[in-house]
Amino acid sequence: MSPASTPAESLFEPLSEALIQGEKLIANATNWQEKYRQIMLLGKKLPSLAAEFRQESAQVKGCESQAWLYHRTINGKEYFVADSDARIVKGLIGLLLVATQGQSAEVIRQFDVTEYFNQLGLSGQLSPSRTNGLHALVQAMNDHLTR
Amino acid sequence: MTNSRFDHQAIRKQFPTLQQQLGDHPLCYLDTAATSQKPQCVIDAMNDYYVQDNANVHRAAHQLSARATQKYEQVRQQVKQLIQAGSNQQVIFTHGTTESINMVAHGLTTQFKKDDIILVDGAAHHANIVPWQALAKRTGAKVIPIGLTPSGHLDLSSYDNLLALKPKLVALSHVTNALGTINPVENLVAKAKQQGALTLVDGAQAIAHLDVNVQTLGCDYYVFSGHKMYGPTGVGILYGTLDALNMLDPMLTGGEMIKSVSFEATTYGELPNRLEAGTPAIAEVIGLGAAITFLSKLDKPQIQQHEREMLSYLQQQLSQLGDITLYGVEGSGLADNNATSTNNLGAVAFNLASEHHQDVGILLDQQGIAVRCGHHCAMPLMQHLMIKGCCRASIGIYNNQQDIDRFINALNEVKLMLL
Repeated sequence: MSPASTPAESLFEPLSEALIQGEKLIANATNWQEKYRQIMLLGKKLPSLAAEFRQESAQVKGCESQAWLYHRTINGKEYFVADSDARIVKGLIGLLLVATQGQSAEVIRQFDVTEYFNQLGLSGQLSPSRTNGLHALVQAMNDHLTR
Repeated sequence: MTNSRFDHQAIRKQFPTLQQQLGDHPLCYLDTAATSQKPQCVIDAMNDYYVQDNANVHRAAHQLSARATQKYEQVRQQVKQLIQAGSNQQVIFTHGTTESINMVAHGLTTQFKKDDIILVDGAAHHANIVPWQALAKRTGAKVIPIGLTPSGHLDLSSYDNLLALKPKLVALSHVTNALGTINPVENLVAKAKQQGALTLVDGAQAIAHLDVNVQTLGCDYYVFSGHKMYGPTGVGILYGTLDALNMLDPMLTGGEMIKSVSFEATTYGELPNRLEAGTPAIAEVIGLGAAITFLSKLDKPQIQQHEREMLSYLQQQLSQLGDITLYGVEGSGLADNNATSTNNLGAVAFNLASEHHQDVGILLDQQGIAVRCGHHCAMPLMQHLMIKGCCRASIGIYNNQQDIDRFINALNEVKLMLL
């Protein structure tokens, strides 16, 4: 892959405090409307991927919406940049990044998305088995780690 | 709004799947165009077959096999009557519409040569596009899509122009799956035949909603699935005229379809067995028979009237909600004068403002509403409409006004969340 086809290294960075706070707001939301509202708000806070990086080669297969994922290892830690054209999926990407950004490959491999969603009180609303592409995203992250 | 003589609740009650809660919400099933729910009698018929009659068909002299064969062949007779076919031999059991079309496309391979033309409905389901592309790849033939009007209906002038090229085969949709457009297939088939083309009509979305008479339609092949007409998955029909079916080389060879086998020369049997290699989906065929019996006991004109009323109510309520784009419907802003039909059947395709169809689908699901969101296996049509996808609400025999009201209320909630 030529350097120009991947976003600049400076974009692979720790997440903003607002994103990390977003995770708490989701966990604290008491009804499904509020959970989803917060998921979509978290997605809004996630930086958008420039149009040139919305490439087919970076697309996550198995999502009904389009989602793009890039990965870099910096100083032994794993960083992702990702985006989607759908709001909920973008919010879910944000959540996955809150859980994994800047972690070691080992921690990310051990990451249990079902358990994570249970902890956030999302298991009733958003089971990873549904066609929201959550499993596909987690799989795509793991595939990047083994490349 | 429905005729008072008509006990709709009694019909709805026969579908056990519909009597369930999804979280806090009762299921509101508006995805019949993907697959219909099954009445209890279909489930019972399949169960009874396994409990009482399970045996292979057409093989053994024993009583179980005789019973299974009798029930299986009885369904062929039922299908023949359902579609007004000329004879039982013309009804081939397959595993579904997709397999039926593949059997035709594969079976005609030796009939095609380089530069032969295959015309395909530009709004067709992928199952009525890809097998023809594969046939074209094998033979050097060319697949040409029939043009569409801006609203996504077949463009009759494009059709007439393309027919002048003397296509070898024309593949049509009776009713399109994504938009629910009813095509004037009788007229389209007649024109194709005048030019000497073979004709295949995909009836998957029509069979549950319309009276189908294959002899009036005049097509060479008519195909459909059991699971969209309240029957089980895993069974479908390939109807053909005797000439058209005899023209097909079997896609599958093996047991059941042969007359004699030796290592020097094997000869194939007669229709319909020639095209039914291997042990068929016996329980599913019997389930399909139960579905046909179920439908035949209902007052068809009344059911069709009910479905038309539900669809028109659905379209009207969606239009009134605001911020909704309807596709393939008159008055949607996409209607046009060249449309071959402004008549829709069974389904309404829409988007909410510029929101992603997946977001809308997920938020509807939260409220117990089952609709399909995506490209509906009709990517060329989506490209034509210049959209990535859309939501499709489709209705079946069991849906009532309350379903539609619930759907509209839920969509209004989605609208409040997203807009």
